[in-house]
Amino acid sequence: MDGEDDILNPQMEEMCANGIGGVEDAPSSSTSTSERKNRPIISGEQLDIEAYAGLYSGRTKITRLIFIANHCDSTSMQLEALRIAYDELKKGENTQLFRDVVQKIDGRLGPNYSMDAAWCATVDRKAEQKKEKLESELNAYRTNLIKESIRMGYNDFGDFYYAHGALGDAFKSYARTRDYCTTSKHIIQMCLSAILVSIEMGQFTHVTSYVSKAEQTPEALDPPTTSKLHCAAGLAHLETKKYKLAARKFLEVGPELGNSYSEVIAPQDVATYGGLCALASFDRTELKNKVIDNINFRNFLELVPEVRELINDFYSSHYASCLEYLGNLKSNLMLDIHIHDHVETLYDQIRSKALIQYTHPFVSVDMRMMADAFKTSVAGLEKELESLIADNQIQARIDSHNKILYARHADQRNATFQRVLQTGNEFDLDVRAMLLRANLLKHEYNLRASRKI
Amino acid sequence: MEGLVTQIQGLSGTASDVLSLQNLLKQADDSLHAESTRLPPFLDQLDPSKHSLGYLYFLEACTAGPVTREQASSFVLTIARFISSCVAEQIRLAPDKFISVCKRFKDQVLLLEEPLRGVAPMLTAIRKLQLSSEHLTALHPEFLLLCLLSKCYKTALSILEEDIFEVDQPRDLFLYCYYGGMISIGQKQFRKALELLHNVVTAPMSTVNAIAVEAFKKYILVSLIHHGQFPTNLPKYASSGAQRNLKTLCQPYVELASSYSNGKIADLEMYVEANKDKFESDNNLGLVKQAVSSMYKRNIQRLTQTYLTLSLQDIANRVQLNSPKEAEMHVLQMIKDGEIYATINQKDGMVRFLEDPEQYKTCEMIERIDSSIQRLMTVSKKLNVMDELMSCDPLYLAKAGRERQRFDFDDFDNVPQRYNI
Repeated sequence: MDGEDDILNPQMEEMCANGIGGVEDAPSSSTSTSERKNRPIISGEQLDIEAYAGLYSGRTKITRLIFIANHCDSTSMQLEALRIAYDELKKGENTQLFRDVVQKIDGRLGPNYSMDAAWCATVDRKAEQKKEKLESELNAYRTNLIKESIRMGYNDFGDFYYAHGALGDAFKSYARTRDYCTTSKHIIQMCLSAILVSIEMGQFTHVTSYVSKAEQTPEALDPPTTSKLHCAAGLAHLETKKYKLAARKFLEVGPELGNSYSEVIAPQDVATYGGLCALASFDRTELKNKVIDNINFRNFLELVPEVRELINDFYSSHYASCLEYLGNLKSNLMLDIHIHDHVETLYDQIRSKALIQYTHPFVSVDMRMMADAFKTSVAGLEKELESLIADNQIQARIDSHNKILYARHADQRNATFQRVLQTGNEFDLDVRAMLLRANLLKHEYNLRASRKI
Repeated sequence: MEGLVTQIQGLSGTASDVLSLQNLLKQADDSLHAESTRLPPFLDQLDPSKHSLGYLYFLEACTAGPVTREQASSFVLTIARFISSCVAEQIRLAPDKFISVCKRFKDQVLLLEEPLRGVAPMLTAIRKLQLSSEHLTALHPEFLLLCLLSKCYKTALSILEEDIFEVDQPRDLFLYCYYGGMISIGQKQFRKALELLHNVVTAPMSTVNAIAVEAFKKYILVSLIHHGQFPTNLPKYASSGAQRNLKTLCQPYVELASSYSNGKIADLEMYVEANKDKFESDNNLGLVKQAVSSMYKRNIQRLTQTYLTLSLQDIANRVQLNSPKEAEMHVLQMIKDGEIYATINQKDGMVRFLEDPEQYKTCEMIERIDSSIQRLMTVSKKLNVMDELMSCDPLYLAKAGRERQRFDFDDFDNVPQRYNI
């Protein structure tokens, strides 16, 4: 009990400080590992690369680290990322990525982190030998026509290719196991492997098809698997810009996910992606029912308190602090491989929704007060409102002289009369033109008929 | 010759006599043409108001050959007098002759370079030749051409107001609509112009003809002026030849339309400057300039949707005009033309946009709606009649019966089974 309190209290203090007070200076890096685990990792502060990398495992860890190294500005973060990547690669068998990372490091991390040609050669040689062994085994199984062994043979091949970075071949091998799957478990295993490789390759159409395939198995799936499938589906929708569907999928992920899908996604990511997509695409009722009152999702949101705070701020109309949180999170989100190219769109959508929600309950709005609430200038606000009105998302008109926004409700009766007269005119024109054309056609047809006769 | 004259004078009394006269005249036609130079004195013996048919044959033979300037002026007088006094029923028996006489009349009037002299006679000629006001004759386009050349557009408008449903020759229709479009543009009645040009462009034609190409160019420009946009594809009922080829043949205009839709006036003006020669060679430069100025109007109208009040300086900035003074001029012109509803406060330099004051509650509005309904009911009835006529036509039934498998009729198959050839 005492131990728990000790750990909880500093955690609570830190979380409160992060949530309400805004951005703090980056704390010193010499902290114990337990504290590091408790502090939120995706936050407004500068990304702690080691902690971030600790969330993932396998190939995605390395690709994420390389992405960060390519896209971040500070050299120290770059080198940190590359260093961790190097260490991780040494534990694996992917020599191609290893060569890339070494090239990027360019000797800047000292002699321990330079090209280890000997290691590369050994790994490649072992790979060749293993491949020959696997091939001969597979051929033996195929002649014996034992379904289970053939399936496992192809599976091993798939794993082998994946470990060595030949993603296309890995995908093909996994796809071949389909013909030899006998139980639902096999099918699910195949689907999950195929999904993993597809995500790494960036081919999200395959992801969607394999997710639906896995969900169609006649047996009930166990909760961690369903959560994994929901995450994969959510990622696929995110990449194809279907933010509403992505949000719904991420919100369905149960807490059983834990760390079981660390080859693809971390719980923090589920919370961030789900929260932002929901905020950008849901209306108020859906936001309240599915996000704020969702007990399962609350567990995820605890891991990224800033996202939780900004959703609550949006719902309670504290737009300035909501937009401030968004601004702080932006730099770290741009370093994430899945969401970086969607950040701008999502932010714009959230901002537009905030503006629309602000003006919705009022008959007239003082634009100076609104500009204060959104921490922007009146001229800038006027431009934003103008584009929203032109898109017909706000029904209002701007009094530019007094800087007031007046709500405008279209007069249905007048509009109906106008439409009626216009439709009458169009009908008249169309029918007369039609009769004329029919006459011309008849004339031409008669001409042709008389010529034939 | 004299015998023919006496026969004409004798047989122009009753309708049956006139028919036998017509046979005689048809047989004598060649001899008339052979002696065309000798004919003018005989014309004086005939009275155009009683012996219209005979007079027509003689006149047609007289004017058949090449005509000099001096002869032209005397002929013009004769023909004009004939047209005004002839009897409609008699000349309708020989429409081709009448049409060729009138066409030669038009040529002579143009030769004398006095198109105005031909306008009134041609109008009378049309009225006499037409079987009904919905009938298009070959004289309609000639009449419109004379009106265009003599710049008396108002007379032409009275003809254009009538709806046309019966057409003899498609070529007449194309020319009629093209000239009619040009006249409407001249009178700034862009809606009518659009309707006429639309008819040319979407008319059934097996191959694209030059009239359609020229009409299409004007159609694009008028569409930009009137609607502010140009639909990139012709409607489905336009002929396939037109759909494929018209756009490639009028490339500069299509590019002008897409530049217009981008909304940047500076780009549009640059494009116009660059392609000035092409537009000028088509005589469309004036229309192009009108299209460019309509863009300012379009942009100002868009502002009325978003703003209640706006300063003249802001208007000038947003619409890319040079100064608030220019903005004020544009807004003033638009208020006068009834295109927007606004008030200008010169003290503050502010423009206040108002709602359309039409409340649709006045008697005039009710009358307008009522007459519109009546009109639409008549047009609808016409359509039904035509549909019924078509369904009884044996040629149509034969074709539909033959190709029944191609069409998916289901409940609407009312072609009897015996037509399954």
